[in-house]
Amino acid sequence: MNRKKLQKLTDTLIKNCKHFSKFEVNCLINLFYNLVGEVTERQGTTIGLDRNAFRNILHVTFGMTDDMIMDRVFRGFDKDNDGCVNVSEWIYGLSVFLRGTLEEKMKYCFEVFDLNGDGFISKEEMFHMLKNSLLKQPSEEDPDEGIKDLVEITLKKMDHDHDGKLSFTDYEQAVREETLLLEAFGPCLPDPKSHMEFEAQVFKDPSEFNDI
Amino acid sequence: MGVALRKSAQWTAAGYGTRTLEITPLNEAILKEIMMFVESFIYKHPQEAKYVFVEPLEWKTNLDPSAFESGYIVSETTVKSEEVDKDGQPLLFLSVPHIKIRSFGQLSRFLLTAKDTKLKEAQACIEANRDPVTKILGLDYNAMKDDTSVVNILDKITKDGDPESEIKMKLGMLLKHLDLHLLNHSLKHISLEICLNPAIVKNDIERLKHLSGKGEQTVLESIDYTSDYEFSNGCRAPPWRQIHGEICYVVVKPHDVETLCITCSAEGVFLNGGKTDDEGGINYERKSEIYKDLVTFLKEKSAKFLENMSKQDVRFSEEWDKEKELNEAPKKEEEPTLQKALPASGKSVLEKNQINFGKSQMTKRLEPSLNWKATVDFKDKNVLRDTQEERHGGKLERSGPIVSPGRAQLVRKSAEKIEEIISESSSESEEDEEPPDHRQEANADLPSEYWQIQKLVKYLKGGNQTATVIALCSMKDFNLAQETCQLAIRDVGGLEVLINLLDTDEVKCKIGSLKILKEISHNPQIRRNIVDLGGLPIMVNILDSPHKSLKCLAAETIANVAKFRRARRAVRRHGGITKLVALLDCAHNSQEPAQSSLYDARDVEVARCGALALWSCSKSHVNKEAIRKAGGIPLLAGLLKTSHENMLIPVVGTLQECASEENYRAAIKAERIIENLVKNLNSENEQLQEHCAMAIYQCAEDKETRDLVRLHGGLKPLASLLNNTDNKERLAAVTGAIWKCSISKENVTKFREYKAIETLVGLLTDQPEEVLVNVVGALGECCQEYENRVLVRKCGGIQPLVNLLVGINQTLLVNVTKAVGACAAEPESMAIIDRLDGVRLLWSLLKNPHPDVKASAAWALCPCIQNAKDAGEMVRSFVGGLELVVNLLKSDNKEVLASVCAAITNIAKDQENLAVITDHGVVPLLSKLANTNNDKLRRHLAEAISRCCMWGRNRVAFGEYKAVAPLVRYLKSNDPNVHRATAQALYQLSEDADNCITMHENGAVKLLLDMVGSPDQDLQEAAAGCISNIRRLALATEKARYT
Repeated sequence: MNRKKLQKLTDTLIKNCKHFSKFEVNCLINLFYNLVGEVTERQGTTIGLDRNAFRNILHVTFGMTDDMIMDRVFRGFDKDNDGCVNVSEWIYGLSVFLRGTLEEKMKYCFEVFDLNGDGFISKEEMFHMLKNSLLKQPSEEDPDEGIKDLVEITLKKMDHDHDGKLSFTDYEQAVREETLLLEAFGPCLPDPKSHMEFEAQVFKDPSEFNDI
Repeated sequence: MGVALRKSAQWTAAGYGTRTLEITPLNEAILKEIMMFVESFIYKHPQEAKYVFVEPLEWKTNLDPSAFESGYIVSETTVKSEEVDKDGQPLLFLSVPHIKIRSFGQLSRFLLTAKDTKLKEAQACIEANRDPVTKILGLDYNAMKDDTSVVNILDKITKDGDPESEIKMKLGMLLKHLDLHLLNHSLKHISLEICLNPAIVKNDIERLKHLSGKGEQTVLESIDYTSDYEFSNGCRAPPWRQIHGEICYVVVKPHDVETLCITCSAEGVFLNGGKTDDEGGINYERKSEIYKDLVTFLKEKSAKFLENMSKQDVRFSEEWDKEKELNEAPKKEEEPTLQKALPASGKSVLEKNQINFGKSQMTKRLEPSLNWKATVDFKDKNVLRDTQEERHGGKLERSGPIVSPGRAQLVRKSAEKIEEIISESSSESEEDEEPPDHRQEANADLPSEYWQIQKLVKYLKGGNQTATVIALCSMKDFNLAQETCQLAIRDVGGLEVLINLLDTDEVKCKIGSLKILKEISHNPQIRRNIVDLGGLPIMVNILDSPHKSLKCLAAETIANVAKFRRARRAVRRHGGITKLVALLDCAHNSQEPAQSSLYDARDVEVARCGALALWSCSKSHVNKEAIRKAGGIPLLAGLLKTSHENMLIPVVGTLQECASEENYRAAIKAERIIENLVKNLNSENEQLQEHCAMAIYQCAEDKETRDLVRLHGGLKPLASLLNNTDNKERLAAVTGAIWKCSISKENVTKFREYKAIETLVGLLTDQPEEVLVNVVGALGECCQEYENRVLVRKCGGIQPLVNLLVGINQTLLVNVTKAVGACAAEPESMAIIDRLDGVRLLWSLLKNPHPDVKASAAWALCPCIQNAKDAGEMVRSFVGGLELVVNLLKSDNKEVLASVCAAITNIAKDQENLAVITDHGVVPLLSKLANTNNDKLRRHLAEAISRCCMWGRNRVAFGEYKAVAPLVRYLKSNDPNVHRATAQALYQLSEDADNCITMHENGAVKLLLDMVGSPDQDLQEAAAGCISNIRRLALATEKARYT
């Protein structure tokens, strides 16, 4: 990709992204193309990271493990739902993922946790997300009992309107009271350590990705 | 004292070499009583004090020959008393380190000389002389045990008509009295200490039973209860005896003495009158001393027991504790198994005993479950039962009829128990699982929170990060300020998990865990548990974390935990102080860009938490120093400039704690902290004001600081804060600051300007003691100036001050006496004090046990006597008052001595009073003090001597008591006040020719000649007068020689 085109792309993307500086956007664009690899851009086809490539990044770079959550994060990035993250989705997604305000992150996380996208996190969804969170104890008769109980505890803590499911309002209120609940149902944001490493690597040494 | 020493004193267990007195409260009390007796002997019984012992008391002393003063001939390694017996032998002879003393007079003096080490000396003396009475009075007198022998001796005395025997007799009686006194005294101690209960006694007896039996190695032949019936409270004594505290009676047959019938009661163990003829009756009367427990008693009674017991001792004492924890069954079980072996195998007696005491048994007992497996196989079960049945028969033959039913019962019970357990026990791990089960049963009525918390802790243990965070957040919703919840978390093992979480890499878990720990660590028990579980080092490490909110939480938790010494030490040992001080630094580079991290906190917050933790830590001495070394003071000073109240309170609090150290006060001055403290006095926050005032109070010990407070305008806010009396803590701090500030004259002037003195007088009533101490202290300082004395009087301050003289708080009394003394310097105020009977109150404070109060009261009396109308009459009107003052000259405290000398100087201005105190022996007492290096004492002593010379032949007496030579040496002191007083004293003494000679011999003339050149007129005059007296004597001698 030539310099002029990159310049232009950066200028357009910087407009709807307030968390990154121009230089940073530049670095991220470079990284994106580096990750996508050498695919010539043709009219009509979008260039982007497909589900597997993206999940691979999440796993390797940000240490995420939960398949379901990674899937949901991909959907969170892939705004137009076309099965791949294009460059603008990449920049926008990362701006929330890395630098988002609490509000942005809450919105993002809620979308990740709302598996069916109906605007509520239901008991079933919670159970689904938490089912691997407890060590299975062979002694227990019903191995799911602990998970069910955990769901109840979470509901008790977060379901302020007592309708048996979490609306965004419920979720928002709970997170504002206790920030730790932001990622209540699984890690969907980078943990501080890998976050710092990523930024340090990408923004400090852009040449590494710029060798095309 | 013989009986008391033999019976009550607790000697170390027998053994090899010389026995020594154990260091127990009882022994100490006995020694103290003996010391008091001996020390006062010379005064109370001067006649008997001269009596020469039959044999000298000898022991090794640590006292140095140089400690001996007048009345002794001292050489490098020996000391002889000047006092000798008929044959010219000295009554005290010390040849390092052996000392021999042969009279009570010398003993008394020796103890007085020994001062601080007298307790040790007395102990050494008693240890070396196990029967002092025999040595003192001779053998026949020690035998004086009952009335008949007393009569015999009386006969002897009247026959002899010998005055020495009479003294001897009197001494004997005195010692007998002391003996009784000691016994009663020690009894009081014993009764305080001992409180046995049925469980302990039962345990003791059970133990001893195991160690008893036939043969050489056992401790006893047998030990058995007299009654088989055990009441529900565990006692076996009949109810009408139980009300006397008696628990049970046992019959013990030791190897080497007669059968003993012993009463075990709550007070201790003693011998009773034994069995009476009728069935089961016991003569309950006490026939021996009371011992603290059965073992001690038997050790005393039976040598064999003692011997065999000491072999068992180590194991015994260990086992004793362990056994309590073990369940009942195996203990009972071993008995049948052991005894089972006995009749069956018919082994030799010796072997039996080896089984009884062999190590194998002990180890077996420690592992009950193994034991079960080994002995109680299902196959063997029948065999066991058979042997038991057999044994029932055998048993009856072997032991006495009284005993056997009890034994049999016990055996049957244990057999049943075995079966029970066999049917229950399935695996060895049972014991491991049992405790929690047990606990659940016992705690069935626990609140629901307990169960919920237990569940949450389970999820904490077994959950991944997500589940852990949910559980932590949910746990945080409990009322963690409530003790039930705090203890529930601990009891279900939550603390361990929480602390373990701190050691992980999961930031969220750490935060959640710290949030809980921070809350529950308000509970003192939890704090200790956290320290025990090693939580502090981990938290200290977290202080290095890049996440500020983590740092904050860790620091805050440390602030809560470090409320006790061990915790503070742990923080320091793990380098926490340096890290905490580093947190304070955050506020300075506050320009760094805000991190987008969720776990961010403001820099100010970090510094605040750091200060909070340092505040807690700064309660300990070494930590203060560590904070200073870590460079904490400049950082604290920097933080003090900010305007966040939340921040200022811990910062000022830390400074206030630390200001107790000299180093800090200097640093505080250097860092210009006072300015900011003063500024914050004007804050709105009461707590902040309080801590600032406290800090000023601590720092204002130093003159420069006091000036700084004034220069920065701190006195005005202090004075105005006085008007707000609702917050007592703040009021105490403010009055404290005013007190210390008013030590500087300039500050007092300012306070007067701000009308603070009137307000202070108003605070003399209806305030808590902490406030009163400071208010009175401040008034005491203010009243050093005339205007203020008048002011205090006009505001009606004298009355409440005098009223406070009857208090009991020592600090308060010191301050009140000082204030009253200051007021007394003004005649009009003095009149009021006199009218309110203040002088009498002051005088009675001379009897206060605390030396500071005594001294302060004596100082206050000086202006009173000076300024009272008809002072001489007033002083005489206090019955016994003069004697009291003179006797205070025997004090050990230099300040008391100096103040009393000053008071005597004033008292002696009245001729009649001087005569009275002379009769009370003021001259020898003053002379005795003459050998001192303390300039303050020297000055007042010289003044007192000079005054006391004005009566009768006191001048001569001072010479005779060797006061002159030391006085001459005072002239070499550096203090001009001492010079003046000494010159005046010497002038007075030089009226006597012998004193002139002594002075001349000690080189007084040259020293006095120098003094003549002094600018001080009084000194000049006195020195010149003295020289002229000496010269005149010389001339007269010469004249006499040549004519």
